[in-house]
Amino acid sequence: MTATNVPATGETYNYKVVRQFAVMTLVWAVVGMAVGVLIAAQMVWPALNFDVPWLSFGRLRPLHTNAVIFAFGGSALFATSYYIVQRTCHVRLCSDGLAAFTFWGWQAVIVLAAITLPLGITTSKEYAELEWPIDILITIVWVAYALVFFGTLKRRRIKHIYVANWFYAAFIVTIAVLHIFNSLAIPVSLTKSYSIYAGVQDAMVQWWYAHNAVGFFLTAGFLGMMYYFIPKQANRPVYSYRLSIVHFWSLIFTYIWAGPHHLHYTALPEWTQTLGMIMSIILLAPSWGGMINGIMTLSGAWHKLRTDPILRFLIIAVSFYGMSTFEGPMMSIKTVNALSHYTDWTIGHVHSGALGWVAMISLGAIYYLIPRLFGREIYSVKLIEVHFWTSTIGVVLYITAMWVAGIMQGLMWRAVNDDGTLTYNFVETVQAMHPFYLIRFLGGALFLLGVLVMVYNVCKTIAGAKPTDAPIPQPVHA
Amino acid sequence: MADFTSPFWSIFIVVATIVSLVALVILFAVFKGGKTSSGAAEEADTTGHVWDEDLREYNKPMPSWWLNLFYITLVFSVIYLALYPGLGAFGGILGWSQIKQYEEEIQAAEDTYGPLFNRYLNEDLKTLARNPEAVEVGRRLFSNYCSTCHGSDARGARGFPNLRDDDWLYGGDPETIKTTILKGREGLMPGWKDIISAQDIDDITHHVLSLSDRLFDPAAAARGGPIFQSYCAVCHGADGAGNQTLGAPNLADDIWLHGASKQRIVQGIGNGFDNIMPPHEAFLGEAKSHLLAAYVYSLSAN
Repeated sequence: MTATNVPATGETYNYKVVRQFAVMTLVWAVVGMAVGVLIAAQMVWPALNFDVPWLSFGRLRPLHTNAVIFAFGGSALFATSYYIVQRTCHVRLCSDGLAAFTFWGWQAVIVLAAITLPLGITTSKEYAELEWPIDILITIVWVAYALVFFGTLKRRRIKHIYVANWFYAAFIVTIAVLHIFNSLAIPVSLTKSYSIYAGVQDAMVQWWYAHNAVGFFLTAGFLGMMYYFIPKQANRPVYSYRLSIVHFWSLIFTYIWAGPHHLHYTALPEWTQTLGMIMSIILLAPSWGGMINGIMTLSGAWHKLRTDPILRFLIIAVSFYGMSTFEGPMMSIKTVNALSHYTDWTIGHVHSGALGWVAMISLGAIYYLIPRLFGREIYSVKLIEVHFWTSTIGVVLYITAMWVAGIMQGLMWRAVNDDGTLTYNFVETVQAMHPFYLIRFLGGALFLLGVLVMVYNVCKTIAGAKPTDAPIPQPVHA
Repeated sequence: MADFTSPFWSIFIVVATIVSLVALVILFAVFKGGKTSSGAAEEADTTGHVWDEDLREYNKPMPSWWLNLFYITLVFSVIYLALYPGLGAFGGILGWSQIKQYEEEIQAAEDTYGPLFNRYLNEDLKTLARNPEAVEVGRRLFSNYCSTCHGSDARGARGFPNLRDDDWLYGGDPETIKTTILKGREGLMPGWKDIISAQDIDDITHHVLSLSDRLFDPAAAARGGPIFQSYCAVCHGADGAGNQTLGAPNLADDIWLHGASKQRIVQGIGNGFDNIMPPHEAFLGEAKSHLLAAYVYSLSAN
């Protein structure tokens, strides 16, 4: 494809906003994961809530999920999408001012979340706990984000839109729709509102939202990252263009149906449960399409995994992605769900996705970005190695502990004596899980330790560095 | 079908589902085409697009195992939709529903385990309480159904009676215990704060404390005595020893269901209580309740 009339580029990319989001990605990673480690410790040693309401599990758990998903994951998505959309369109962001607004606006949302959630101000909708004034702020920031992203895309100097941008586009549009419709509520005061949906409809809208937050926030957006950073870091072409088309459309089309699998064997009508289940199963192949395209991009360059720890971050992330997206459809099957639902197996599943896939690919991407944004070589490749192994062991400990704990919990719940009475009462199942909670805590702590190593490494890299702004090159004529 | 407010919505769901599945198949089938020579001329295989200096794409064929995986999940789904409810109001060939599944499982359990419980039904409760096998079954039933409120050790919690101390609100003979389990109880004490002044409530409290020889102010207790007689004695008795017919607790025995502190007693008189033990007859049936009564009786009788 030929380039259109390109002005003589004396322009530069807007790296400032990318730098800001990249740095905050690490800050929020530490905060969100530290809260996660604290509440994991509370599960082992309940006294750690110190009888202080603000430190109780019920208030810190939403703070943890909001901080890791929207603060850490969100900042990573903003940073990478702004970087990628500029680099693959060969054009500066369409508005520096709006981009800056999305940065400060998003940080304001996070700070407000960090204040209101420990105070107990919550809508009580999972992953959408923030009250209505913050929801409105999110909407405004998100519209600005869409304007910047699509405005930049519109000005691109290359006719074809790179695949990473498809995923970011789907993520931005769908999250807007999900956020607005799930958050519809009637305010009764500045800090309290009631959902406009009632009963099982509320539950359905909630899980339509929450499962697609997984599908579009935690999957589509991060697949966008995968499609840029793996071929870049491996210096290999993407494996298959046609596979990317098929898995992109089938993924975004099928995901939107899958929410009801969170409501098996409930008051939700059976036909809805069934559609949620079969679409979740059909989702397996579309999900694995992304994994195949990521991993097969390395074919012919496997040896790079031995020497390049950043590439290893990216590839292990895609491997965990493949594993979670197999586990997900399996858990959506009613018979399996009857065992796994309400147990810690679900927590393990979420974290194999959240730590193994989302966090690993984000951290790998940040390692890629930092030297380019600050014009410095990374301070220590050795420390990236240390981080890689610390975090990988952390994830594995975490998810295996939760598998064992969750499956054991499910089996104990359904175990019956010769006379049909339940073999175990509730507190016995809690006691049995105690050692695995300890292992989970250690796994989470190791993961956090790895991130702290990264923070040290990045601080050393950027200390005293002059931020650089890269010039925009002419598109390659092909 | 009750899930739909009109036939339109059922048809809408059916059409949307089928069109979606067909659209997925078309998507996969359309892009499957095109033979490629993998390996041979790799560079020629790229789409020709270049982004950001060196980002390129091959256009390799989609792995056939992956395509097959897709078709397998699709076939599974189509079969599942034929067998189970999913396509709108169509209930599926198997006629399965979650309520039916639940009822069948409960019935199967009833058939298997019912006789185990029923064989004790005609035995006298006092005899049963000395039968270790029956007590063991009762203990298991208790930890399933009763321990949530009364604790796994049956020692209760604030507001939930201790079942091991041989102190009974409604009477402790085995048949009464069984009635309590089957029919439930509701112990209602009205709140007095709108009727009796705070000062008088305080005086009554000192009188109540004096009944079990606890620390109290003799002058206040003396003032509270007559007030107790006019408002409280009708249920709790002139001597405060309670009344099991009403479930009015004995106030003279130093057992405090809702907390022993003076403050708790003042609050109790002011706000009252509504203590509900739910009836279990419909839920557990008589045979299980019979065993539970024997078990609960055994806790303090032996």
